Amino acid sequence: MKPFTKLASRMVPLPIDNVDTDQIIPARFLKTISKEGLGDQLFNDWRYDAQGLPKPDFVLNQQRAKGAEILLAGDNFGCGSSREHAPWALTQFGFRAAISTSFADIFRQNALKNSLLPVVVPREVHADLFALVERDAGAIVSIDLESQKLSLPGGRTVEFPIDAFSKHCLLNGIDELGYIQHAEAAIAAYETANDAGVNTLA
Amino acid sequence: MPKTIIEKVWDAHVVSQQPGAPALLYIDLHLVHEVTSPQAFEGLRQRGLKVRRPDHTFATADHSVPTTDRSLPIADPIAAKQVAQLEINCREFGIPCHSIASDRQGIVHVIGPELGLTRPGLTIVCGDSHTATHGAFGALAFGVGTSEVEHVLATECLLQRPSKTFQVKVDGALQRGVSAKDIILALIARTGAGGGTGCVFEYCGSAIRALTMDERMTVCNMSIEAGARAGMMAPDDTTFEYLCGRPFAPKGEEWDRAVARWKPLPTDEGAAYDKQVSIDASALEPMITFGTSPGMGIPITAPVPDPAALADPIERDSVRKALAYMGLEAGKPLTGQPIDVVFIGSCTNGRISDFRSAASILKGRKVNPRVRTLIVPGSHDVKRQAEAEGLDRIFREAGAEWREPGCSMCIAMNGDQLSPGQYSVSTSNRNFEGRQGKGGRTFLASPLTAAAAAVTGVVTDPRSLA
Repeated sequence: MKPFTKLASRMVPLPIDNVDTDQIIPARFLKTISKEGLGDQLFNDWRYDAQGLPKPDFVLNQQRAKGAEILLAGDNFGCGSSREHAPWALTQFGFRAAISTSFADIFRQNALKNSLLPVVVPREVHADLFALVERDAGAIVSIDLESQKLSLPGGRTVEFPIDAFSKHCLLNGIDELGYIQHAEAAIAAYETANDAGVNTLA
Repeated sequence: MPKTIIEKVWDAHVVSQQPGAPALLYIDLHLVHEVTSPQAFEGLRQRGLKVRRPDHTFATADHSVPTTDRSLPIADPIAAKQVAQLEINCREFGIPCHSIASDRQGIVHVIGPELGLTRPGLTIVCGDSHTATHGAFGALAFGVGTSEVEHVLATECLLQRPSKTFQVKVDGALQRGVSAKDIILALIARTGAGGGTGCVFEYCGSAIRALTMDERMTVCNMSIEAGARAGMMAPDDTTFEYLCGRPFAPKGEEWDRAVARWKPLPTDEGAAYDKQVSIDASALEPMITFGTSPGMGIPITAPVPDPAALADPIERDSVRKALAYMGLEAGKPLTGQPIDVVFIGSCTNGRISDFRSAASILKGRKVNPRVRTLIVPGSHDVKRQAEAEGLDRIFREAGAEWREPGCSMCIAMNGDQLSPGQYSVSTSNRNFEGRQGKGGRTFLASPLTAAAAAVTGVVTDPRSLA
């Protein structure tokens, strides 16, 4: 996993609640057996018209989205399907962080495993951020994971929560699987002491 | 200290707990399907790893498979390749695979329970958010992403934090024409699509006790639509009767020992929950969704809500956007709204009791000629049972299509889909934009309500068709 330390970027506003992973990456693109090539399909049905041409009124097609690394999303972002194709598509497009009042549980877990930082902010900060990008599409905010601070133009900083373990993994680019494998002895001991009687090969 | 069933199953599966780190949770059963697993198997290959417990792993093909004649090859080359890749991966890693040619093939959340793989007290995961379904048996079952699929394949474990406990108490008797699907749609309308985030639901109360296992699975299945990763129910005699004699269920003395292990699982008297909500089942009406989130649900007799009444600006715009997509007007009733397609099936409502329910409306009636009605069993077992009961004949005589098992038009990956602008009444679980086909518009409802709409060609209160 790529480490995440800090970034400074414009924000791409998507002021819609409950954006589900079917919008982030529609199911018909899930027939792939690869992780690659999903960035062009990110938000496909909102992004392209029936002829496959970019819709100029959708934010990802606007100049402001070029090179932006932060998505400013509505409440409960990433709800619905567990598809990890959603963070794959977001990161392949170029996003490295998403800011919202809340994220769906499975999406949040998937995002953390792909070095996409979910930043949860209080409601009034969330509203201020949307007001900020409305006033100034080029406004830059910065995110520093080590200090867990989101900095707004003008010097205002907001602390955001993240558990110590996820933070450590992100800062150092640590893959969880390697960590779990270190617990091999404990796993083997658990298996010896606990047999749930599951045998799918029976 | 008294514990909830959620905490009991969790505690029994903690392998280790390092300070400052999530718990290492042991997974007893891992269900695998073609869509969310190929990248995980590829990860194993790249790292040179094996599957730790093929005997805890079970695969089927459900999302991408056609529901038409199975003697023909899969027409979509990309879907065909994905299904073939599942078979290759399972062969290489020694996992039992019930792919498209197996007579046990079906939707992963339908076959797990019917084969007796799903059992009380287990931890169960699948790269699929509707894994919550298996919680109906008192298992802690939740959906995971592809990275976590790989973790479980390699180690049989996941790093997890305990969720908050959320009691959903449903008391009272359901009225005629009201079903399990209406309970869960009413709950999600109450909590909203994010109300259960960070939580595991435990459903309890007299209305839950009165449900069959098929109906309990319908309720647990949609826990994720309220944001809860899992939904559990205490196992009881209904659970044990359902499981006894299933192909993978324990036999003989082992069965007795298993039941003895399962009986102490229900939540202890006096156990505390982090959150609680109560629903009066006797006051429920048939429910239907009007928008593009499963939380946008109303009683079928109610008018479409007015977004102008909402205080939060983003929420207001979200509902406005949903109504614009759906082509609906606030304040008007949904009943009478013309529809194009009816879909009866899915991991929510693709079990035998769902088809009996649909048949109770369709028997001796004709599907409206304007409406295409797809009826898709959740598994071959369900299909065989329905055919043994003559339900397929009732459906065909009514003018509906009786198809082969799979996820079908719930996720529209296999060619079963709406055309842009079409309306469906669907027994599936998601009314997201484009979920049933790009531009398609979905009303979620029970099998009774869906069958009633098939007959009349418009959104219909099923109680009006006795």
